Amino acid sequence: MEDQRKIKIKVEDLTLIFGKHNHEALSLLEKGVSKDEILKKTKCTVGVNKVNFEIKEGEVFVIMGLSGSGKSTLIRCLNRLIEPTAGKVFFKDHNITNETNKELLETRRTEMSMVFQKFGLLPHRTILENAAFGLEIRGEEKQEREEKALQALETVGLKGYEHQYPSEMSGGMQQRVGLARALACDSEVLLMDEAFSALDPLIKSDMQDELLAIQSKLHKTIVFITHDLDEAIKVGDRIAIMKEGIVEQIGTAEDILTSPATEYIEAFVNKVDRKTIITAETLMFKNISLVQMPKDGPKGSIRKMRSAGVDVLPVEDENRKFLGYVWLQDLLELEKEKEMSVEKALKTNVPSVYKSYSVEDMLPLIIGNKNPLAVIEEETGKLLGLISQTSLIIEATRFGKKEISELKERANEM
Amino acid sequence: MEKLIDLGKYIEYGIKILEENFSGLWGAIDEIISWTVNNMNEALLSIPFYITIALVALGAYYAYAGKNAFKMQGLKKGAGMAVFVIFGLLLIYAMGYWKEAIQTTTLVIVSTVISLFFGIPMGIVAARSKTADVIIRPILDLMQTMPAFVYLIPAIFFFSVGNTPGVVATVIFSLPPSVRLTSLGIRSVAEDVIEAGRAFGATEKQILFKIQLPLAKPTILAGINQVILLALSMVVIASMVGAKGLGSIVYQGIQQNDIAKGFESGLGIVILAIILDRITQAITKK
Repeated sequence: MEDQRKIKIKVEDLTLIFGKHNHEALSLLEKGVSKDEILKKTKCTVGVNKVNFEIKEGEVFVIMGLSGSGKSTLIRCLNRLIEPTAGKVFFKDHNITNETNKELLETRRTEMSMVFQKFGLLPHRTILENAAFGLEIRGEEKQEREEKALQALETVGLKGYEHQYPSEMSGGMQQRVGLARALACDSEVLLMDEAFSALDPLIKSDMQDELLAIQSKLHKTIVFITHDLDEAIKVGDRIAIMKEGIVEQIGTAEDILTSPATEYIEAFVNKVDRKTIITAETLMFKNISLVQMPKDGPKGSIRKMRSAGVDVLPVEDENRKFLGYVWLQDLLELEKEKEMSVEKALKTNVPSVYKSYSVEDMLPLIIGNKNPLAVIEEETGKLLGLISQTSLIIEATRFGKKEISELKERANEM
Repeated sequence: MEKLIDLGKYIEYGIKILEENFSGLWGAIDEIISWTVNNMNEALLSIPFYITIALVALGAYYAYAGKNAFKMQGLKKGAGMAVFVIFGLLLIYAMGYWKEAIQTTTLVIVSTVISLFFGIPMGIVAARSKTADVIIRPILDLMQTMPAFVYLIPAIFFFSVGNTPGVVATVIFSLPPSVRLTSLGIRSVAEDVIEAGRAFGATEKQILFKIQLPLAKPTILAGINQVILLALSMVVIASMVGAKGLGSIVYQGIQQNDIAKGFESGLGIVILAIILDRITQAITKK
């Protein structure tokens, strides 16, 4: 599917070099001299190295990398908190890298709001005053800005906390204030610099859900920086992976997991919990033969099985709704008894899943039976495909058999 | 030992040039300071002593008790200080040094205000510009380590004897902490808060007034407390050039070898110092 959305942010050959002689270093970089060589010759560090990407309207674009990969520097180049050495940043149609100071202030005030890892709240101000900070800087009247700030606080679930101070709140709540401050400005772009990295895992996961919920309502364009691939996969529509200032790959989570562009990314990806990412949709086998009730009788069904080389087939009704499975040995019985319908052989008590289910969700369902998993459409119950137990186990065993047995045990306890 | 270089002569020469060429300026400064000090003295002395004592005691109580002034909690915190203020000031009055104590307080207040008027902006400049910091720092070191008496000589030179040279010498002596602590306070504001300000499009002025100064306030207030105490200690020395107040009584005590006078006036200074220090500290802590 071709993405028809407008391009919101476009970055062209963005380069940032730290150090006094950065222009000398830049010309070396353009000649193709390596980063280490440049450091030796000019004592300059290449922070961001000719980065190119486009971010579409309403997209959550994640920039991921380990510390020192240049991701935080890169996001600061987008609103010029750090002045890029070379390259261009376009926001809609205007070139941010060319803006005068006054224009830049206007861009920061109205078009891009930032959320920080360390929250960056003002300790001497109440939550409400903090949330209204961006609007105050912009010069809005007190009453107007407080109304907007209250609304933003409500969006992030902090209604009733307006008159407290940041020091009275937990990290997660402080970051909600940080998010409210950015949302209150109502700018089209949110820049989130490791916004959830300082939070503990449960709160972090809550905040990610919260962000996704807010995003589904507000459709902002979000640039999200993280060092956590699980987080990147969870919140990102597309992910750019950075290493040593270079963007190594840009793609959806699926692209990156299934075809990592470099060894570095592959190493990264292997650490990720695949069973939470690989979904039923990717695993299912789509071209399946079906038994349709009441049209197909035992004889016809056995023929279908033989030609497909299987001993079990899914059954649907005339509205194409999935009903269950029939097994070869049961059909053979029915054939002997000269039954005309397969109904007596139909096993209806079988697991079915939706295509968004992850491997982790599906594993417990295969315990204690030998049925394949039917992937059905949520609204109609129509069969979309089948997942064999073997393929599910193969997908899961990449983490070792121990985990499988653990899962089996857990499932059996349930 | 023979002098190889006569640095003092050059300084003296420079001071002379300053004195001769800017006599109008010195005259004006003298007039403004004398006028302010005299009028403030008169005004403060025109208030009956018991009202002044009551007001200071109330002020001290409020500084300690704050929002809980009308609650038991506040009473616990503020009562002790209020009692100390009442007894301390009554003692000064009873010893017969009320007028001198007021004169000393006036000199401290005037010097402090002038010190802060120059010191805080200098601190802001020093915090924001490395060059300014490099220039200001050694000057402050010089001002703080030069024996205080040395300032008195050129002060007399410019302003002859009286309150003005006392105030000027006091300002020079008490200025450094306000510069240093203002600068320190601004520099220690966390970088991430300032960055947040920048990211939301704050101008340099907005960053200074909405972020840096409010966050540096406790440190700046600590600086003000230091300025007041240094001013008080200098005002005593300034009596040598004719500044009036408790200091001049101490000075008389020394000259006349009068133990009673020296002790009483010294005690008066201690009481003033404790009151000024505790009140400003209580304000700082809030």
